[in-house]
Amino acid sequence: MSLIFNHVSHQYDPDAAIPVLALKDVNLKIEDGGFYGLIGHTGSGKSTLVQHMNGLLKPTAGEIYYEGRDICDKDFDIKSLRHEVGLVFQYPEHQLFEATVFEDVCFGPKNMGLSKKDAELRAFEALTQVGLDAEYFYASPFELSGGQKRRVAIAGVLAMKPKILILDEPTAGLDPKGRDDILNQIKKLHDEQGITIVLVSHSMEDVANYVDTIIVMNKGEVMYNDSPKNVFTHVEELEAIGLAAPSVTYIMRALSAQGFDVDLTATTTREAADTIINALSDRM
Amino acid sequence: MLRDITLGQYYQADSVLHRLDPRVKLIGTIAYIIALFMCTNVWGYLAVTVFLCSIIVISKVPVKFMLKGMKAILFLIIITVCFNMFMTQGEVLVSFWRLKITKEGLIVAAKMAIRLSYLIIGSSLMTLTTTPNQLTDGLEKLLGPLKKIHMPVHEIAMMMSIALRFIPILMEETDKIMKAQMARGANFDTGNIFQKAKSLVPLLVPLFISAFRRANDLAMAMEARCYKGGESRTKMKPLKYQGRDIAGYLILVGFVAAVVATRWIP
Repeated sequence: MSLIFNHVSHQYDPDAAIPVLALKDVNLKIEDGGFYGLIGHTGSGKSTLVQHMNGLLKPTAGEIYYEGRDICDKDFDIKSLRHEVGLVFQYPEHQLFEATVFEDVCFGPKNMGLSKKDAELRAFEALTQVGLDAEYFYASPFELSGGQKRRVAIAGVLAMKPKILILDEPTAGLDPKGRDDILNQIKKLHDEQGITIVLVSHSMEDVANYVDTIIVMNKGEVMYNDSPKNVFTHVEELEAIGLAAPSVTYIMRALSAQGFDVDLTATTTREAADTIINALSDRM
Repeated sequence: MLRDITLGQYYQADSVLHRLDPRVKLIGTIAYIIALFMCTNVWGYLAVTVFLCSIIVISKVPVKFMLKGMKAILFLIIITVCFNMFMTQGEVLVSFWRLKITKEGLIVAAKMAIRLSYLIIGSSLMTLTTTPNQLTDGLEKLLGPLKKIHMPVHEIAMMMSIALRFIPILMEETDKIMKAQMARGANFDTGNIFQKAKSLVPLLVPLFISAFRRANDLAMAMEARCYKGGESRTKMKPLKYQGRDIAGYLILVGFVAAVVATRWIP
C-alpha cells in the first residue's frame, strides 16, 4: 500500500491579497519499502509537503490517499495515520520534555493507548535501534550531546513503529561523523525493518548514497521524481535552482571532458571508483 | 488561536500615524484610555467612537486585523458582560431560576463591553502602527526624568523591546512544538480540563527550555558586541518633534476636552 498525492496544492494564508502557493499541483506516489530523498532549496516547499503526509496540514486543493483512503474524509482516523506515518521534524531534540530519555520515548506509544509494559518494550527497542548506549536510557535528555538528543528524538517517533518514516533534515547541525552515523542507522532501519523512508535534505551529497528515488522540489512544484542517476544528469538545471549534484558527478564530468571513458551516471563513491579503474585499465 | 493575538504586532503601512513620534502615540493612548473611562453618557461614547474610527481610517490598518485581536479577548468580555448583567441590582426585566437581568445591569454591561473592546482596539492600534523599537525609544525618552531618582529606565526599555520582539518568535516556536508532539500522537483539544492541562506539559516544557536557550544566546550575542546600556549610549535615530507631532498633541488636547465637556451634556 502507499501514500498518493493527487494534484495537491497548499496555500498558507487563504485571505492573502496575492495568493502564494506553498505547494503547486503536486502529484506523488510513495511506494511501500521505498527509500526517497526529498530535495529542494530553502523555501521550496519540502517541509510543507511532509506535513501533508501525516495530516498535520490539509491540502487546500487536491487529495491525499493513504492505503486507498482519502485522509481528509470525516471518518478517516487521523490519529492512526500519525502512528503509521512517523514524522521527525527538523531539530527534533527541541521537542524532548520528559525527565528521562526512556520516559520521553514512551510518550508516542502511550499516546497510541498501549499499556505501560508494551510502551516500555517499544521504547527499549527503539532506543536500541538508533544505537544509543544503554547507560543513557535513564539520563535526563538535557544532559546528552546534540547527536545523542537527536537519536532520542528519532527513537521517540520510531517507538510508534511507523510504516513510513519521514525525517526532515535529520543531519542538520551535526558533525560529519554524527551525520554518517544517523544516515547509516536510517539505512539499517530501511533494510532490516522494511520501513519506507522519506529523507528530506538540501544536500545531494547526503542522499545520493542512500536513496533509490529523488524528488526535487522547486517553488512548491515537483521538478524531478526519478532515480538519482537520472536526476543528476540535469546538473545545469539543478544548479539553476540553487542545488548541486554530488561532487562525484562533477569529477566524472571533468574526467570525461579530459577524454577519459568514465560512466557519467556514477553517483556513489563506490561506483565512481569502479568506473575510474575501468577507464584507466582501458587506457593501459 | 495563538495567531489571533495582534497586541504587540506591527503592521507595515505608510500613514501619518505610522510616522508620528512614538511619544505622541504613547501619551495619546494613555489620554485615550482616560477619556474612555471618563465618558458618562451617550455623547461621550459618540465622541470616542468618532475619534477611534477616524484614527483607524488614518492608520490604513485593515479593520479585519483589529477584529482578529478582539477574538482573543472575546471570552473576557463575555465573562465581564455576564457578571455585570446578572449581579447589578435594580429594576428586574427578566428573571429565570435564580438569575435576574436588570435594566441597570444591561446598561452597565453594555458600557463595560464597549469600554473593553475600545480599550483593546485603541491600544492595539498603537502597537500596530509603531515598531517595538520606536515604542521603547519613546518610552525611554518619556521616562527619562526618572533616571534622576536612579530608575534603570534604559534597562526597562530594553527589556520591554526584547519581550515584544520575542512574542512572534515564541508563537512560531509553539506552533512548531505543537506539531512535533501531534506527530507523536499528542492530543491538545480533547478531554476534560485536567486532561487538557496535563496535555500541555509536552508543549510547555520544550517551550520554556527554548525561551531560556534563546535568552542565553541573545545575552551572549549582545555581550559579544560589547553592549552596555544606560549612560553614554547614543541613538542612531534620536527622537525629535516635528510639526505633525505638535498637531497631534493639539488634536489630543481637543479630544480629551471634548469628552470631558460631554459630561455636562444632560
